[in-house]
Amino acid sequence: RPGANTTAIMPAVSKGDGMRGLAVFISDIRNCKSKEAEIKRINKELANIRSKFKGDKALDGYSKKKYVCKLLFIFLLGHDIDFGHMEAVNLLSSNKYTEKQIGYLFISVLVNSNSELIRLINNAIKNDLASRNPTFMCLALHCIANVGSREMGEAFAADIPRILVAGDSMDSVKQSAALCLLRLYKASPDLVPMGEWTARVVHLLNDQHMGVVTAAVSLITCLCKKNPDDFKTCISLAVSRLSRIVSSASTDLQDYTYYFVPAPWLSVKLLRLLQCYPPPEDAAVKGRLVECLETVLNKAQEPPKSKKVQHSNAKNAILFETISLIIHYDSEPNLLVRACNQLGQFLQHRETNLRYLALESMCTLASSEFSHEAVKTHIDTVINALKTERDVSVRQRAADLLYAMCDRSNAKQIVSEMLRYLETADYAIREEIVLKVAILAEKYAVDYSWYVDTILNLIRIAGDYVSEEVWYRVLQIVTNRDDVQGYAAKTVFEALQAPACHENMVKVGGYILGEFGNLIAGDPRSSPPVQFSLLHSKFHLCSVATRALLLSTYIKFINLFPETKATIQGVLRAGSQLRNADVELQQRAVEYLTLSSVASTDVLATVLEEMPPFPERESSILAKLKRKKGPGAGSALDDGRRDPSSNDINGGVEPTPSTVSTPSPSADLLGLRAAPPPAAPPAPAGAGNLLVDVFDGPAAQPSLGPTPEEAFLRFVCKNNGVLFENQLLQIGVKSEFRQNLGRMYLFYGNKTSVQFQNFLPTVVHPGDLQTHIRLNVTKRVAAQVDGGAQVQQVLNIECLRDFLTPPLLSVRFRYGGTPQSLTLKLPVTINKFFQPTEMAAQDFFQRWKQLSLPQQEAQKIFKANHPMDAVLTKAKLLGFGSALLDNVDPNPENFVGAGIIQTKALQVGCLLRLEPNAQAQMYRLTLRTSKEPVSRHLCELLAQQF
Amino acid sequence: MQVMLLFSRQGKLRLQKWYVPLPDKEKKKITTELVQTVLARKPKMCGFLEWRDLKIVYKTYASLYFCCATEDQDNELITLEIIHRYVELLDKCFGSVSELDIIFKFEKAYFILDEFLLGGEVQETSKKNVLTAIQQADLLQEKTESMCHGKSFIGCKKTY
Repeated sequence: RPGANTTAIMPAVSKGDGMRGLAVFISDIRNCKSKEAEIKRINKELANIRSKFKGDKALDGYSKKKYVCKLLFIFLLGHDIDFGHMEAVNLLSSNKYTEKQIGYLFISVLVNSNSELIRLINNAIKNDLASRNPTFMCLALHCIANVGSREMGEAFAADIPRILVAGDSMDSVKQSAALCLLRLYKASPDLVPMGEWTARVVHLLNDQHMGVVTAAVSLITCLCKKNPDDFKTCISLAVSRLSRIVSSASTDLQDYTYYFVPAPWLSVKLLRLLQCYPPPEDAAVKGRLVECLETVLNKAQEPPKSKKVQHSNAKNAILFETISLIIHYDSEPNLLVRACNQLGQFLQHRETNLRYLALESMCTLASSEFSHEAVKTHIDTVINALKTERDVSVRQRAADLLYAMCDRSNAKQIVSEMLRYLETADYAIREEIVLKVAILAEKYAVDYSWYVDTILNLIRIAGDYVSEEVWYRVLQIVTNRDDVQGYAAKTVFEALQAPACHENMVKVGGYILGEFGNLIAGDPRSSPPVQFSLLHSKFHLCSVATRALLLSTYIKFINLFPETKATIQGVLRAGSQLRNADVELQQRAVEYLTLSSVASTDVLATVLEEMPPFPERESSILAKLKRKKGPGAGSALDDGRRDPSSNDINGGVEPTPSTVSTPSPSADLLGLRAAPPPAAPPAPAGAGNLLVDVFDGPAAQPSLGPTPEEAFLRFVCKNNGVLFENQLLQIGVKSEFRQNLGRMYLFYGNKTSVQFQNFLPTVVHPGDLQTHIRLNVTKRVAAQVDGGAQVQQVLNIECLRDFLTPPLLSVRFRYGGTPQSLTLKLPVTINKFFQPTEMAAQDFFQRWKQLSLPQQEAQKIFKANHPMDAVLTKAKLLGFGSALLDNVDPNPENFVGAGIIQTKALQVGCLLRLEPNAQAQMYRLTLRTSKEPVSRHLCELLAQQF
Repeated sequence: MQVMLLFSRQGKLRLQKWYVPLPDKEKKKITTELVQTVLARKPKMCGFLEWRDLKIVYKTYASLYFCCATEDQDNELITLEIIHRYVELLDKCFGSVSELDIIFKFEKAYFILDEFLLGGEVQETSKKNVLTAIQQADLLQEKTESMCHGKSFIGCKKTY
């Protein structure tokens, strides 16, 4: 940087040119050593300008221009400007061109929809448009085009077409009017009235002035896209214009020749216009056009007229646009093949830009039946590009092209090259490559063992990038094709031998061995115990979702290989499974263990029968790739991670993901678990439907799903769901509470096909509970409940004073002559009568201090039983009934809540604070209420929720 | 074309022209991202890249980056030549233009651009016609002395 002093780096400004002050200010800013210094200098200037604008002395135009220009400079530096608009508007009506010009520039850059100002601006524009001074008219049109707002459209959209086609408009005005109209039309097409002018606009294609044509083509192209039929006449005009340009000598067009290329911008625009339409119907027009396209292709073979890159860029810009049109028509085999050959030459050009464009353009050529074969001849060059290009965006294009040119004849080569590339591919594009390989492998698989190998290779090379869709799909295909099942089992078994294999491999391996492990069990090297211990050796390193899948594999093993039963039961029985902190795993362990010990071999074989074939439908992988902006997309890899709707295979891992066998109000069954971790399989809250048949007879009645106590606890934070379920009966609950009152609907579903007799549900108030809470049955249920039927009971609830124990529900009935009875806690807890209370931080702290007696506070520190998820925690706290107060706790990780418990006799104010410690997986919960037992009770209840 | 940005190797924005209506905050965000993306590219890399759903076309002249974001359908090579023609116009108007001219006479750089591109489309490709328009404007104002400072950055590697 030559010299640090002001004069050395500032262009000398003569007095005549004015705005020396601006130059001084700019160089001051440039000399600022720090951001702070710059801001200081700017603030000083802003203060100065403000005082000048507010001052008593009227400013002359020059000063106004200078200050407005300074403000503009400050704004363009990235600072906010909140004044000066009025002065800029004043400049618009100046007679001095430079002042007007600065005014317009300021307005173009800084306009806001300040209505008062807009009216003044529009007025000034109107005057200039009517001035008949072309220079002023152009300035006004530029301003409208630059702002392009709806307000501008409303004010001028009707006038501009008139200016555009008026016989006496100057060429430069027509040009500005055309593009100004284009901008307004793009922003608000409804404001631009179609009419007589549109026909005349099309004829601007014949205008003598090339600049007018250049501007008009853009407008016409845009109009064509929305109203193709109205502008059809432009086709023949465009073709003849293009023909004249293409056949002209390089000097004919004088100043519109650019580095020996005649009118490149206009040519490109005309070729774009033609891409709005199918090939011309008129044979003469079409012949002329084909001649043009051939001429362009011929010229590409001529030696360059200049060594300048501008020459070749301009020439090739036309060439690529010509090829686009040829591809768009997709009807001239000869031209398509010539285009392909031309692009083939560019594939090895020394200019990176040309290689990039050739790869991109060839990608679309590959999809044409006429040129597909021609494209394929370049496979080696493209593979080489994939390996050697130094620019990732070029490699991406090469990968796209390989994908596009792939067919049955070259699939193996292309897939293996892409797999090889994957090992070193940029992280940003790995997932897309994985998807593409998976699709090609499936689409062009002749023998499915190759397909299986390919997918397993994908997992091996880039396991992290293999999305669910991909490994689900391999399972679907293996399940549906019995010719590949044995091979798949053998291959996954071998793949799992690797000391470190990706978790996705464990998933695929677990599923396939669970289904088809028997096909390789004859080989002593992969005998059932070996298969099991191989899988189980991975178990402890896997995530919950994978472990859940493996547990399902284990139960399938018990069915496939009775000799593994004892070992597997031992694993299921282990405390780490049976009492696993994760409910999903615990439940599977409990249920599978019971299933394996209770069910007979026949029953087990029925339940765990091989999966039926999946219905054939569009590959979920293809759907995923399509969602990624089509095959050319390279950048969108970070969007849409997983699609929950495509959980199809996982749904199949469990016989039936549905828990509810009778119509019941338990749509909100999973209310509390509304947001399971993304990869978790659907909660198998019980393989209910099938088991009903298995456990025929009243003797065995293990409760399905959660224990009654667990179910009861789940209701602390929610009001609807299933309270109880066994093989015979399901009890659903729906309830609502307001103030100290509540209403509860109980739904009793008979899950059997036999009528229940003497059905009698009653509410029990243990101890003196009746003086604390009163429950009245308003709707009694009939004594008989038919098989498969559901009956409803309604309870009205009134909370009289605070209570600690819940009322009980006793249900008695006879099933097949045997008396049945059960007693459950009704999900009515004191927190149901919470009224959330919003309060400011200050109020909260004040009340918190007021409740500082030791007996008013209850605190619990406990370990997290569920994943520590802020959203779930919030939902639970809201479900608990208190208001959640944001911005109270200085630590944003913590939760603070407040509410009042409403009873008939008294109100109890409650404040709570929950402090998660993610690192220790612990919580600290503190409650303060005005009543000692309530604090403790609420604390107990709430602590069990996390 | 949706936007044209001129910025220095240090990431200082020298000129910004938006052809789509966007809130200032969004403009700033896009600018920062674009500048970072383009500055991160190594020399000799391809002058085109995909960015969001747009195509970026850029080229450097001396220390100044000229960067255009265009729609997917737009012709990359002709966009490169739009950049070059603009540089030529600047060069003619300023007489061997340098980055300093664009800093100190930024308003003129905007005026020249408006004569050449309007609404994101090429309005007039003839150098002569654009210059005439600018000169006519100059004739309407007080006599302007030619501003010839710094070295041309066309074909010149000198940086400031």
